[in-house]
Amino acid sequence: MATPSATLVRAADGTREIPHTVSPGLWTLAWRRLRADRVGMVSLAIVAAFLVLILLSVTGLIARDWAKEVGVNYAPPSFVGADIEAGTPAGPAEPEAPVPASEYKSSIVDPLADVIAELKGGKPAAAPGAAPVEAGSVDPLADVMADIRAGKGGKAVPVPVEARSATLPFGGDKWGRDVVAKTIKGSETSIFVGIASALLATALGTLFGAIAGYYGRWVDDAFNWFYSVFNSIPYLLLILAVAAVLQQKGMLTIILILGLTGWTGVFRQIRAEYLKHKSREYVQAADAIGASNARRMFIHIFPNISHVVLVQLSILTVGFIKAEVILSFLGFGVPVDVVSWGSMLNEAQNELILGKWWQLVAATVAMATLVTAFSLFTDALRDALDPKLKGLKGH
Amino acid sequence: MTAYIIRRLWQMIPTLLGVVILVFFLFNWVGGDPAYVLAGKISNQEQIDNIRRQLGVDQPYWVQLWIFVKQIVTGDFGASWSTNERIASIILTRLPPSLTVLVPLTVLDALIAIALALAVAYVRGSLTDRMVMIVCTVGLSISILVYIIVFQYVFAYKLGWFPVQGWGDSFGENLFRYASLPILIGLAVSIAPSLRLYRTFILDEINQDYVRTARAKGLSENRIMWVHVLRNASIPIITYIMASLPGLLIGAFLIERFFSIPGIGREVILAVERSDFPVIKAITVYVAVATMVFNLLADLMYKAVDPRVQLR
Repeated sequence: MATPSATLVRAADGTREIPHTVSPGLWTLAWRRLRADRVGMVSLAIVAAFLVLILLSVTGLIARDWAKEVGVNYAPPSFVGADIEAGTPAGPAEPEAPVPASEYKSSIVDPLADVIAELKGGKPAAAPGAAPVEAGSVDPLADVMADIRAGKGGKAVPVPVEARSATLPFGGDKWGRDVVAKTIKGSETSIFVGIASALLATALGTLFGAIAGYYGRWVDDAFNWFYSVFNSIPYLLLILAVAAVLQQKGMLTIILILGLTGWTGVFRQIRAEYLKHKSREYVQAADAIGASNARRMFIHIFPNISHVVLVQLSILTVGFIKAEVILSFLGFGVPVDVVSWGSMLNEAQNELILGKWWQLVAATVAMATLVTAFSLFTDALRDALDPKLKGLKGH
Repeated sequence: MTAYIIRRLWQMIPTLLGVVILVFFLFNWVGGDPAYVLAGKISNQEQIDNIRRQLGVDQPYWVQLWIFVKQIVTGDFGASWSTNERIASIILTRLPPSLTVLVPLTVLDALIAIALALAVAYVRGSLTDRMVMIVCTVGLSISILVYIIVFQYVFAYKLGWFPVQGWGDSFGENLFRYASLPILIGLAVSIAPSLRLYRTFILDEINQDYVRTARAKGLSENRIMWVHVLRNASIPIITYIMASLPGLLIGAFLIERFFSIPGIGREVILAVERSDFPVIKAITVYVAVATMVFNLLADLMYKAVDPRVQLR
């Protein structure tokens, strides 16, 4: 204890040259290496930009009115020019009708109002959810109607024809909704599903891997058996089987499907790390001072392997974003009234035959940009965290 | 060798049992009462009871599990819930179209990707190498859906080089007329990841001492790359190809769906859409068996390419 105070005194005396160097830790070193990696930094910036974009979209600062039909049906992109057949309205070509969302709630034109009114025996069409159900007939559209009335959900919000513009910055879809806003909203869904399910799968894989690798013996055997069972069913088949069983659609369902089936890769890596670390000296030392098993596993060992977890997390995110797109395309993913890249591609498939290419291009470019950047960032992250591995894994 | 194979087959049993329990748990427990799925919500209690008796759902769980195991062993899963076709005949008739697409696809993919990977690894670090890797990374990021939509639109719909979709009766017509565009799309999607992976496998070998020795004794570069390096890099390549084969059977479902090819993958999608549980159950179990058998085949092939490998 005497030495540090001695140096302090000397420092106060005015020597000033104290060689006080904190040796950089794993994360500092990794960040330094990452900073030197130009490709890695550019891709990190792109990924960060996407995250900021969806953050703005979640908070409603941008793309809040994506469901508004601001253009004519299949409005072409502005740089292509207005479609002659579409019948250009005389009104000013404002891309967004300047009416606040609150006013829309009251001015919605309900296309089914008359039908519902008839069904209810001539009663005025009040909120269908609250209306008394007659003769055991359940209105199958009640929930959807309520959603439309509440102004939420992805149902197209009609706008009077005069207010619609002939062209939109990057075109409009079948209902004349702005493709740019729709793509941003779709990115929000796809990226959110990707990250949430990757977090779930990584958490499961890490927990199982930690327990199996740390305890060894029959616990390890049991988890390995569990792993080989999951691993012998091809991943997509497993996802489809779970999708078939869970009938209801929704964001939570798809996150659960992807998360509960995708943990095997993480498990294998983390188990190997725990096998390696559990007999190291620092773990024995922790044992000697009386740390419990859980404490040794998650307080002592986990920080030393957390870089593996991080890399696995970002690999899974890329994979799950791709899987979500395919599932939503097939109609097993997000509900019909939620837009995602997959549902956009589903619409784009038919639009392409009509020559309306812009929605396809928008969804493809957004997805390809993010996934390329994310993959390159993952590679850079792995190289930065574990330089020994550089170039070993192609993935 | 025989003893090894028998032991490996023996070791598959617990895993297979796990798959059976997992599938059973999913479809008989999580999936809810199949009678309701089958009968819909309109039928009366009598009908539901009748269906439950037929399916054996009124029995306790362990009896149901035993019925399921018997179905797997005998291969008799009964009939599809939606079309009433025998499931054994569904699988047998859907397999040939799938294989017509997948076998040429796998062979071509392996040949092209290995040749390209050898070439790219040979000029490693050069501009060509980096450009190819960038193209691969970007190509990998585009969803398979986009490839299918665009290729089908351009080559079949606009240019008319291939039929837009369909499937014939004769093998030759199927392979050269209907399967060509699906195979082309499959190649466009699969070469990029294979190439990236094989390149790293080859790069691991290319700096080894034996390569320098081979060069020192005056062997041609072609012989070094195609014989010495490729043989040593072939173990991870075989692992990758064999492991991806059963998954491909399902993975091609998007292609099969777009081109109306009556294969296994399309059948799975249809079954999921119709909640046709017996079909999904049967295909899942058999594909799992195929995966395990292919793993064993991969291990046997190691021995063929690398005499140093000991089968234990």
